[in-house]
Amino acid sequence: MADLINVIAVGILLGGIYALVSVGLNLIFGVIRIVNFAQGEFVMLGMYGTYAGYTYLHLDPYLTLIVVLPCLFVVGAVVQRLILAPLRTEPAMQIFATFGLLMLLENVVLAATGGAAYSVTSRVAQISVDLAGVQVGLVRLIALAAATLVTVALGVFLRYSMLGRAIRAVAQDRSAARLMGVNVDRIYMLTFGIGTMLAGFAGCLLAPIYSLSPQIGTSFILPAFAVVVLGGLGSVPGAYVGGFIVGLTEAFAGYYLDPALKHAVLFGVFIAVLIIRPSGLFGQIGAEEVGLRES
Amino acid sequence: MTNPVPALLSVENVTAGYGDATVLFDAAFEVHTGEIVAIVGANGAGKTTLLSTIVGLVAARAGRIMFRGRDITKRPAHLLPSDGLALVPEGGRLFPFMTVEENLTLGAYSPASRQGLVARRDEMMQMFPILHERRQQPAGTLSGGERQMCAIARALMCRPTLLMLDEPSVGLSPLMVERVFEIIEGLARREGLTIVMVEQNVTEALEVADRGYILDHGHIVRGGDAAMLRRDRDIQETYMGL
Ligand SMILES: Nc1ncnc2c1ncn2[C@@H]1O[C@H](COP(=O)(O)OP(=O)(O)OP(=O)(O)O)[C@@H](O)[C@H]1O
Ligand SMILES: [Mg+2]
Repeated sequence: MADLINVIAVGILLGGIYALVSVGLNLIFGVIRIVNFAQGEFVMLGMYGTYAGYTYLHLDPYLTLIVVLPCLFVVGAVVQRLILAPLRTEPAMQIFATFGLLMLLENVVLAATGGAAYSVTSRVAQISVDLAGVQVGLVRLIALAAATLVTVALGVFLRYSMLGRAIRAVAQDRSAARLMGVNVDRIYMLTFGIGTMLAGFAGCLLAPIYSLSPQIGTSFILPAFAVVVLGGLGSVPGAYVGGFIVGLTEAFAGYYLDPALKHAVLFGVFIAVLIIRPSGLFGQIGAEEVGLRES
Repeated sequence: MTNPVPALLSVENVTAGYGDATVLFDAAFEVHTGEIVAIVGANGAGKTTLLSTIVGLVAARAGRIMFRGRDITKRPAHLLPSDGLALVPEGGRLFPFMTVEENLTLGAYSPASRQGLVARRDEMMQMFPILHERRQQPAGTLSGGERQMCAIARALMCRPTLLMLDEPSVGLSPLMVERVFEIIEGLARREGLTIVMVEQNVTEALEVADRGYILDHGHIVRGGDAAMLRRDRDIQETYMGL
């Protein structure tokens, strides 16, 4: 029984982290229709940004958010404008471009750091909390709470603000959105910026938990793809719930089967969901038929 | 033959197309304040392309488009609602996963029309009571006629001077077709809107319109008083199946 609770706790905490990484990925996919392979690298940049703020400005890792978030937003907006926008008529090339960006960022950081692993600690890093007999690191709880808060805030923004409505309108029919007066190019830039910022946010929260390495982005992007497919392409709440499904699947498979098998199990489920329910568990039913109109 | 009153919209020798294909050749026509102009033509004649070029969704390759005395040939599509030009696209193109109410709200997205948005939305729901009934329903679940009304109401949210409609009667039952044409006529006669509609339904469109143009394989081949076009033997044979 204690084991079970422990596994569930591990799964949920891991799920919160995956959710945080995936929400931005799914927003970008839903609106711009790009699979952003570089999303994990933006998490990595967020981690290194936190490291920089922590080392050079002597800020607590959580305080670096005020610098890291705007920086990552700008990075995302610039990447969209300079790399992706010129390729707008060739969606396949955009995906390759994000893959190129993944390799580029990873190797630039590798060269810059000489491959040394860095770590960041916060004053809260040593604190752990007793939850129903399970010891949980406060940093992980903060990550979970932040993922929840961000998902809710993003959902509220998309649903109730005029800009949020415009973003959804572009996702559903971009030329109709243009006819309403929406500057679609600007929305793409904004959306990519927000998605990147969310990845950076994840990076900040993860910096006190994991040690930093240039390759760390890849270990988030793969589960994030599983999250997005499970939760439903383009769905923000789907990415949140999907995060927990993936986290729990990993935790259960790792504990009850074999840690070496956890990714095999995860991607087995991933393929099964794709076959049974291509729109994902929370994807908008019928989105495939409406085709989320192009032109 | 020059008209002393400048046209509200004038399309001057516009050529447009996609990739290597030219679809619209030297199209020219005018629209004056307060009139209903019908542009009729068969499938693939280039009607949608013509409207898309006017609003800037498709780039004109040659020619000039003037609206309210201003050259809008290269003006980005998203700036036109605030200029007073709105288009109801073919099939309505509502945002399928948004409610009727949200679709209307987005119609007032341009900064100029955001003030008084709620009042305008109420006005639209009064004009189209069925939209009031369906206001919380996702637009993707509306019937064809309801969808067309919602699309018209959404376009009206920005209080346009010129409303353009792409085949508003397509796919509707005969009763609904009549209703939609009545609405269009009412908008022009009662609300003082200027209207351009593109139609395949030649007979009915020319009945509602003041003036008409015939678009054939990307060329505007005839134009003039709607009643006159309707009585023309050639036109009756070629386009009205009479
Ligand atoms: N996006 C596009 N890319 C390439 N060719 C196109 C595109 N849209 C239309 N065409 C072509 O342009 C021509 C005119 O099309 P258009 O849609 O303007 O005709 P239409 O008169 O509106 O027809 P319909 O009555 O069927 O709506 C057609 O031959 C069509 O195949
Ligand atoms: Mg058409």
